[in-house]
Amino acid sequence: MPQNYVPIFIFVAVVGVLIPITLLAAKLIRPENPNRTKLMPYECGIDPIDSARGRYTVRYYIIAILFVVFDVETIFLFPWAVKFKALGIFGLFEMLIFLGILIVGYIWIWGKGALEWV
Amino acid sequence: MLDYITSYLSSNTTPGQAGNVFWALVYIMIVFGGISVAVMAMNWLERKALAHFQIRLGPMRVGPHGLLQPIADAIKLMTKEDIIPAEADKFVFWIAPLIILCASFAIYIVVPFGPTHAITDLNIGILFMLGVSSLSVLGVVMAGWASNSHYPLIGALRSSAQMVSYEVAMGLAVVSAIVMTSLHGLGPYGVGVGTSGTGTLSMIGIVQAQQEQHVWFLFKFFPLGFIAFGIFAIAMVAETNRAPFDLPEAESELTAGFHTEYSGLRWSLFMLGEYAAMIAVSSIAVTLWLGGWYRPFPNTLTGDTWDLVFSLFPGLTFLALAAIAFVGVRRMPKHPYFRVQTIGLAGFGAVLGLIGLILFVPPVRDRIQDIYWFIAKVAGFMYLYIWYRATFPRYRFDQLMKVGWKVLLPIGIGVLILTAILGVVL
Repeated sequence: MPQNYVPIFIFVAVVGVLIPITLLAAKLIRPENPNRTKLMPYECGIDPIDSARGRYTVRYYIIAILFVVFDVETIFLFPWAVKFKALGIFGLFEMLIFLGILIVGYIWIWGKGALEWV
Repeated sequence: MLDYITSYLSSNTTPGQAGNVFWALVYIMIVFGGISVAVMAMNWLERKALAHFQIRLGPMRVGPHGLLQPIADAIKLMTKEDIIPAEADKFVFWIAPLIILCASFAIYIVVPFGPTHAITDLNIGILFMLGVSSLSVLGVVMAGWASNSHYPLIGALRSSAQMVSYEVAMGLAVVSAIVMTSLHGLGPYGVGVGTSGTGTLSMIGIVQAQQEQHVWFLFKFFPLGFIAFGIFAIAMVAETNRAPFDLPEAESELTAGFHTEYSGLRWSLFMLGEYAAMIAVSSIAVTLWLGGWYRPFPNTLTGDTWDLVFSLFPGLTFLALAAIAFVGVRRMPKHPYFRVQTIGLAGFGAVLGLIGLILFVPPVRDRIQDIYWFIAKVAGFMYLYIWYRATFPRYRFDQLMKVGWKVLLPIGIGVLILTAILGVVL
């Protein structure tokens, strides 16, 4: 039923009104006197020596890739989960095959050490 | 116009289903206000409970027993200077807290506080919830990257890695609950008598499925439902970056994690978002496994007497709170310095008692019940969050990843497969 989705747009509109009001109200009452030291990145009182946006460990990237794989898998499971009783044994085996392929991949990445955090 | 407004009251559905824009707006405002108040109460409760866990007193100065402390904090944060670091990406820095806030508040669009008390009932409610709640990862990453400082960046990367890792386990646990909705038999092991064979993703539908099957999904296929619930309960603590999984905000290593550079109102938006998300995921857990708005034992303890007994609970709860307040009044020091606080606490107790008495009036009593049981269950989770924080030491990051990927994920897949096999075979 499409009208069920109308409140989402109302919600967006309410947020679009409330948040600017809050931010504006806070802007009006708060003090504003920045200086150079205040605007430095906080590093426990020591001057930062370089920009933070440098290289970073590749581990996080691997985690992100794995997340995409497994999250998409979960999304594919949802339609089956809803109709699962009607699909019966056939649907169950289809899903077991699908999960089986993923489990093989999972065991492989485990063996490769992608899940280790050194 | 007036007809349009009153016509909803007899429709017996959520505003979204009735297509009533006015009541949808009212419900949204109630949810916004209610959640903000709940976050404030939670803030006070957490500081008080943690303090008592550690044999301290906690806030005591602002108002009786520090009851007005959250309001004082809110005013303080509003009037604080807002610092945007010189080399920060201004726009991203500005929008990141708003994304987190909106993502955690948007979950409430589908949370069913009662059969008719939800903003709307989407037929893909649980998918909507999963989708929207994972948006907050974006806010975290944006906040950390935009700050252009080392602590926030490390905190944001850790936080995003942690959130996406546990989201996988969370999704699998949710799927196994959805599988249970498509069964139609009675009791923990009852399966498929005269079934249409269709489950549901709608949040209200999930709760009604538990009612039809005469069992909370927590006890369905015991212990499978229990394990799935356990996975969700662990994953939701990690999702909301709370102790013992509060690596992104590990004070001793990263000062404040991804929101180190935020101050004043923007910082409070992060806090509001975090607490709102905690309440939201707890509501999801209650909906999926703990029977949502239904009172305990809706099928075994039936009859007018039991209905009456359970409908007295809301009033009794408020009377008990009032009694606690009055005990506090008795124990206040008898010194003129404390007179205002004592009167304030007595007044607070009187208000609570009055609310309790109003909740005994029959029409109010019947309407408030669903909401009361839902909120009572969520409140239990909120207390658990505080309890975890007081009890468990923080995980190390490699341990955290190990729990997410090597423990929860395989157990989640196993539970899902076993649930499906039991559902088809039995």
